Amino acid sequence: MAQSPNRAPGLVSRYGADTAFMTFVAALMAFLYIPIWVLIAFSFNDSRSLTWPLSGFTLDWYVKLASNGDLLAAIRNSFYVATGATILTLCVGVPAALALHKVNFPGKTVFRRLILLPITLPGIVTGISMLNMFKLIGFPLSLETVILGHATALLGVVVTQVYARLQRLPKSLEEAAFDLGASPWRSFVDITLPNIRTAIVGAGMLSFVLSFDEIPVTFFLTGRDNTLPMYIYSTLRRGVTPEINAVGTIIVLLSLVLIVVSVVSTRDTKQK
Amino acid sequence: MAAIIELENISKHYSPTIIGVDNVSLTVEDGEFVTLLGPSGCGKSTLLRMIGGFETPTHGTIRLADKDVTWDPPYKREVNMVFQDYALFPHMTVGENVGYGLKVKGLGRLEIETKVHDALKLVGLFDKVKLRPQQLSGGQRQRIALARAIVREPKVLLLDEPLSALDAKLREQMQIEMKHLHEKVGITFVMVTHDQTEALVMSDRVVVMEKGRIAQQGRPQELYDHPASPYVANFIGTTNFLPGRVIRCTGERAEIEIGGGRLSAIVDAPLVAGSTVTAGCRPEKVRLLAEGETAENVLEGRVAEVIYYGLGLRLAVELADGSRVYTDSLLPDRLALSPVPPLGQSLRLAVEPHNVFVFEGEVTP
Ligand SMILES: Nc1ncnc2c1ncn2[C@@H]1O[C@H](COP(=O)(O)OP(=O)(O)O)[C@@H](O)[C@H]1O
Ligand SMILES: [Mg+2]
Repeated sequence: MAQSPNRAPGLVSRYGADTAFMTFVAALMAFLYIPIWVLIAFSFNDSRSLTWPLSGFTLDWYVKLASNGDLLAAIRNSFYVATGATILTLCVGVPAALALHKVNFPGKTVFRRLILLPITLPGIVTGISMLNMFKLIGFPLSLETVILGHATALLGVVVTQVYARLQRLPKSLEEAAFDLGASPWRSFVDITLPNIRTAIVGAGMLSFVLSFDEIPVTFFLTGRDNTLPMYIYSTLRRGVTPEINAVGTIIVLLSLVLIVVSVVSTRDTKQK
Repeated sequence: MAAIIELENISKHYSPTIIGVDNVSLTVEDGEFVTLLGPSGCGKSTLLRMIGGFETPTHGTIRLADKDVTWDPPYKREVNMVFQDYALFPHMTVGENVGYGLKVKGLGRLEIETKVHDALKLVGLFDKVKLRPQQLSGGQRQRIALARAIVREPKVLLLDEPLSALDAKLREQMQIEMKHLHEKVGITFVMVTHDQTEALVMSDRVVVMEKGRIAQQGRPQELYDHPASPYVANFIGTTNFLPGRVIRCTGERAEIEIGGGRLSAIVDAPLVAGSTVTAGCRPEKVRLLAEGETAENVLEGRVAEVIYYGLGLRLAVELADGSRVYTDSLLPDRLALSPVPPLGQSLRLAVEPHNVFVFEGEVTP
């Protein structure tokens, strides 16, 4: 009882702070998510013009989308490029990170910075320089050149993520594996790999997403084929169509699936 | 007994200026419990890691059970190590951790299960077999690390500061537990520690290291009672150091003049009269004299400080020349508290000649 006069002001101010904080969080979430809800809403709206209020529900845009050959091809191309670029960049990036972690050589720091450069360079520079190179060696532009370009630009993401994880792994883990009779290869497979798996998965997903909506590098390096962002960009001259909103909605859905997959696949190494 | 580990003139130079281990030769007998003791940075871990194969010596030969293994990688040596941070695999259960070394060896599933079961029983943690290491306490992890190492039945078990991450109470308990484990499994233990009590309590033989070299080795009691150098005397237990000069030395008896009086000492080797020396004695070997009592080595002084540490009392007594001598006395029961001398009181101390160490030269510990 004697305490309550002291406690009351504290409670009030804490309640005030809590409310302010919650308001801030709500505002932030609204800022992040309202545009997405608008996009989803308009993809089901039965009017071509993007004006409020919504006029009625329809699935027409999804049906239209399903019969738009160019759009479907663009989606297919985007998946092909993002998958190819992710696999390629992982195949090069993971061993590079391991080498960086394991081997000490003169100029290691310089090498680490160099490998990071493509991600910090604007895509336009990477795009132009790779275009020059392909022209120089007479390599015809195609989706494959886009894959090469993306993989180069994304290498920094994979190397930094995996390298950072390796650095956090206690050196004694690998030594303990050796101590228990495991050869270097066996210890890599049994001990190192499981402990960097989540970093590899995470870097792979990030690469996939970054490659999926990349425009500048793609712009310079693609041949006749278009990726989805390029296609959307080219149709924008005629204004945003509800069809594009429908594509956007599907991508949001796929992203959700990706998030669930990443949460599930990275969960089990953590403490239950 | 046969030698299980033989180190011959082992050196490890990390760089021309950083010398980890400097020309160490050491033999460990089969079944022994040997401790490498020394302050941080003296090369204990480096030496242990060379036995384990995690570092290669820049000079010298390492033999394990009569086989030269100097250049063998860790996975080809029949030794196992308990790491300071335990190095338990976070993505495996306790059972999988302990069984990993057996799985690599190619044993069958059933055999692995039996052995893991036995090893976990031995350290009293069988009920934790399905948990992850992160779900265990520090002491439990330590035991799992032990079980994982001994389940492979190595010839030698290496332990790098195995108890340093535990709190004081648990550490004391584990010291005894590990000593019993050593007796039970009959494997040779080589342990690294910077804790002198731990070394004295646990080992058959203690190797004291100083700046990459061996300062002295011997049974715990030998080291405590006959330290070969002020370094060892200071590192193992507490020692009062009193600078002085040799007055005369006849046979094994030497008379030393120190600032606050005279001491006679029993020495191993004759000393030159007039040479500078440092006398040393353990606080618990210094006795308070009762009034009228006489003894051989008597020092007079005043009480400068009284330190109570539960088990007993430590008095700092200031001699005539200002040097301090610590004396420990146990308090057998509460009545003994009554004669605690007040600060400034004059006292007479005595120490038996065979309890006085004499080191040549001046010492600043
Ligand atoms: N990998 C290393 N590279 C360079 N110097 C090292 C390395 N490991 C240890 N040292 C040096 O070797 C000396 C002995 O180290 P260490 O064996 O770890 O000592 P301790 O275990 O007794 O504390 C120290 O001076 C330390 O700095
Ligand atoms: Mg050490």
